[in-house]
Amino acid sequence: MTQVIEVRNLHKTYGGVTAVDNVSFTVEEGEIFSIIGPNGAGKTTVIESLIGLRQPDSGSVSVLGLDPQTEARKLGNRIGTQLQEAALPERMKVWEALDLYASFYEKSVPWAPLLEKWGLAEKRNSQFGSLSGGQKQRLFISLALLNDPQIVFLDELTTGLDPQARRATWDLIRAVREQGKTVVLITHFMDEVEALADRVAVIDHGRVIALDTPDNLIANLNRETQVLFSVPNGFQAARLENVGGITAVNQYGQQITVSGNGPLLANVAAALAQHNIAPADLRVQQANLEDVFLALTGQTIRN
Amino acid sequence: MKFFLKLTYMELKLQLREPVALFFSLAFPVMVMVLFGFIFGNEAEERLGGYGQVDLSVPGYIGMVVGTIGMLSIPTTLANYRDLGILRRLRATPLGSSPVLWSQVAAQVVMTAAGIILLFIAGLAIFDLRIPNGNLAIVPAALLSAFSFFAVGFVLAGVMPSARTAQAVGMAIFYPMLFLSGAAMPRYIMPDFVQQIAGLLPLTHVVILMEDLWLKGTWNLTSVVVIAIMLILGLVISRFTFRWE
Ligand SMILES: Nc1ncnc2c1ncn2[C@@H]1O[C@H](COP(=O)(O)OP(=O)(O)OP(=O)(O)O)[C@@H](O)[C@H]1O
Ligand SMILES: [Mg+2]
Repeated sequence: MTQVIEVRNLHKTYGGVTAVDNVSFTVEEGEIFSIIGPNGAGKTTVIESLIGLRQPDSGSVSVLGLDPQTEARKLGNRIGTQLQEAALPERMKVWEALDLYASFYEKSVPWAPLLEKWGLAEKRNSQFGSLSGGQKQRLFISLALLNDPQIVFLDELTTGLDPQARRATWDLIRAVREQGKTVVLITHFMDEVEALADRVAVIDHGRVIALDTPDNLIANLNRETQVLFSVPNGFQAARLENVGGITAVNQYGQQITVSGNGPLLANVAAALAQHNIAPADLRVQQANLEDVFLALTGQTIRN
Repeated sequence: MKFFLKLTYMELKLQLREPVALFFSLAFPVMVMVLFGFIFGNEAEERLGGYGQVDLSVPGYIGMVVGTIGMLSIPTTLANYRDLGILRRLRATPLGSSPVLWSQVAAQVVMTAAGIILLFIAGLAIFDLRIPNGNLAIVPAALLSAFSFFAVGFVLAGVMPSARTAQAVGMAIFYPMLFLSGAAMPRYIMPDFVQQIAGLLPLTHVVILMEDLWLKGTWNLTSVVVIAIMLILGLVISRFTFRWE
């Protein structure tokens, strides 16, 4: 595996505000690397430092072996970006934007298939200002892929997309990765991270406070699993107490909640079968990335 | 080079799709000319050296076009591009900053030329405009004036916090200057002290420069110096004040 991004001790302040505080990480070729964190945590600033839009106060950044500050043009030709806050002129047409932006790169792919792929073929002649939020977003993705980049930076790509478009986007991101490209993805959707990311960095107050695979982050939380189901009248929950891995059993009338660790669902199901009970609406509740996020970054809203 | 031409051509197309901006930079000077032309006519008069009123006003209208584009179109367009994140998106390409700015200049030079050509077409078609000696020096003079006012436009775009303020401040400076400078109506009908104040305004010097070249074929050096100083100041100040976001 080769490293395509290397960040060492990155610092960035705006006036007196520290936006990025000693951030280090590496991204490997072909990875989908996600960055999550509360509003104002510094995610966008990190990505902007990687693509050369921000000059770090200190620390070093290397992308595809290039320095984003001094080799901006070279790097610009090999990466694609979708920025969180960006726009095109209101009256620029979709095809004009693609045609224009394609001319900025040394090499570019034909843009008509991109429009097709991202469901914008019908909007070819529409002005940017007349597009819906999701259509604008899809146009920005098309622009990010115009130069067949080696790394794609996506800052809140799916914000503003409807559920269909969001799922379709996930498929397309996977397809982008399958072409061997690396994807760096900032998002506030935890399901997106679970579905896509190989590794995820959690950033808070400008610092990386966790960096691992989504599965490991969830496992490290050490949260108990809960199995919930309802039982016929007269069933005594106490009969489940010697099931392996159980730590607690709660019963509210017909509703039973079993908490514990290990293969809890299998154990509970086996015990119920032993008692000849067929539970209705059997559900499992497990910790997910959202729990990790809240556990790591707290519950208070950031400004 | 191809990207620069595309960018400039795109910018021109965008300008042509803005009816309001188009009205002020292209139609308004022609309207003023036609209006005054119908009121005063364009008969050759002895006291005007054998020219008509419209013939003598053309240099002023050229100043009006240059000033409108430099002080209204450019600051509003650029500040708007900045406010909306359009410049940000452009910066995230290998393009670099200078083609973005130069394509804006190139497109606005074309707009200025179009505005001036429209004046000539309307003048010739409606008022049988008399073109004195056909002095081509007005072309470089108009370019110098345009660059100088464009530089002021870049300063306004950079200094003003938003596109709306850039537009409002641009208007607040430009319109009084327009009427005092002789660009919209002759200076000689104004009281002496007003004429003296007008002599301090950059737009007045554009008008004087144009008038002298147009009628006598001579370069007014004072005016050239004033306009050149404004150009240099504008370039230096905008170098430090221009913001991409
Ligand atoms: N151009 C700027 N000037 C001044 N302060 C800024 C600027 N950009 C960001 N900041 C500040 O830096 C901090 C980090 O901002 P950043 O945009 O990187 O956060 P983020 O993690 O991307 O947040 P969000 O999830 O809301 O997009 C914030 O406190 C923000 O107010
Ligand atoms: Mg952000």
